[in-house]
Amino acid sequence: MTQHQAHICVRELNVCYGALQVLKGISVDIPANQITAIIGPSGCGKTTFLKCINRLIDLVDEARVSGEITVNGIQVLDPLVDVTEVRQKMGLLSQRPYPLPMSIYENVAFGPRIHGLRDGWNLDQTVEHYLRVVGLWDEVQDRLDGAASKLSMGQQQRLCLARGLAVEPEVLLGDEPTSALDPISALRIERCFQELKQNYTVVIVTHILRQAQRLADYVVFLYMGEIVEHGPARELFEHPKEPRTRAYINGEFS
Amino acid sequence: MRRSLLWKIEEAVMKGLMIGALVLVLGCLLLILGTVLWRGLPAVNLTMLIQAPQGGFYTGAEGGILNAILGSLYLAVGATLAAFLLGLPIALHLQVYAGRSRLVEAVRLSLDVLWGIPSIVYGAFGFSLMLFLGMRASLLGGIIALSLVELPIMCRAIEEVLKMVPFELTESAYTLGATRWEVAWKVVVRQGLPGITSAILLAFGRGIGDAASVLFTAGYTDNLPTSLLRPAASLPLAIFFQLGTPFPAVQQRAYASALVLTAIVLVISVLSRLASERLSRYVVK
Repeated sequence: MTQHQAHICVRELNVCYGALQVLKGISVDIPANQITAIIGPSGCGKTTFLKCINRLIDLVDEARVSGEITVNGIQVLDPLVDVTEVRQKMGLLSQRPYPLPMSIYENVAFGPRIHGLRDGWNLDQTVEHYLRVVGLWDEVQDRLDGAASKLSMGQQQRLCLARGLAVEPEVLLGDEPTSALDPISALRIERCFQELKQNYTVVIVTHILRQAQRLADYVVFLYMGEIVEHGPARELFEHPKEPRTRAYINGEFS
Repeated sequence: MRRSLLWKIEEAVMKGLMIGALVLVLGCLLLILGTVLWRGLPAVNLTMLIQAPQGGFYTGAEGGILNAILGSLYLAVGATLAAFLLGLPIALHLQVYAGRSRLVEAVRLSLDVLWGIPSIVYGAFGFSLMLFLGMRASLLGGIIALSLVELPIMCRAIEEVLKMVPFELTESAYTLGATRWEVAWKVVVRQGLPGITSAILLAFGRGIGDAASVLFTAGYTDNLPTSLLRPAASLPLAIFFQLGTPFPAVQQRAYASALVLTAIVLVISVLSRLASERLSRYVVK
């Protein structure tokens, strides 16, 4: 896999749900091949921000979006852009794993299939490869035909990660991807992210500060729909410039 | 102290009402099944199942009701198939494509109204349509009228099933770059398959038991159904005609016919339950 210059540029992003403005003038550059953590109290617009990047926001009927998001030179929010292509470039891991109603094999093969890869040796190789990447192959190789929903929660989440990777995205998005998992499964997902950042740009939303501290290279602090502060993780955590950031990091509100 | 006693009485009365209602309904059901079994079973025999009515059947002579068994199966299977082929796309459109709008709500409401319309109205409508087209009472006419009866049931039942598919599931399929059609067909329908089977059964059950819609449209005949363009008999009408005779032996055959109809519905129910279990193997809970 080649080294992409895939960073995400966000300019003046505004999102309204009806009369409620959820994101207000967000502008930020998300660096390539690093893990960016978006932190902030619940209801501050973190998930909405993520959904704008891969246009899942389209599925919310009453949402109105303005502004600009550029990924690799592609204008994501351009109404003329092919939305399936945009989404294919970005894998998303949601809060709770939702495997597709198919076998383990079919889950990973689903993406490559809809994008044109036919059955056969190549598909088998792809499935095995991505199951290995997420460390699931040894656990499931003798029951690839089994239902994905029979796996444990942690395994399901890794399966969802493999499924997302199999469409060969450039960006990985995680919406509190470990919040439904036990600590050990959560750690495995975190480790996956750390390995994957060499080849992907990773953006995760998290409300767990410790997780952000462990994982992030770059941090964006969102509060009430606005960016309060963003910068390299170490700098932001050790020397926050804004009082609100300092208060949040010190756990004065959450 | 006083209040807690009051609560206990309230609890007991409410519980009594619920159990009473349950017993009443179950009792009626058992009574119906019992009557059909008791009066019908002695008249069930092989001749009845493999022969069409012979001359003088309705006065007690030899023959069977194969004409009605086959006719009912053809009518109900045909109508269920037609209703499914139209109903699934409608439900998918309402649930996956259309989003929320006044028009969608209007469509839903009209489907609910159509559900409630008595089937004799569909029969009359089908009949006038056939007169207009110059068609005679036929299997095809019956299938069309019956599929109109079944369509709203099919649509709304499938839609309720599709509504249960978690939003996050469709979302995760979209994330992989799937188009709406791929999401609808490969994810939503697959997840809903067990429920869709039940919806088909529901519509089939309504269809095979319906007499009023096929009365004018399919007509009735003692011959076995051989062509879409010729009249076809049906079990509910066979029951009606046999019960209407003054001969006890023929009336008993009516109960036997009812037993056959019940058995068909039962067999289809069990089969669909089995199918539904198999189909839910991959379903995400």
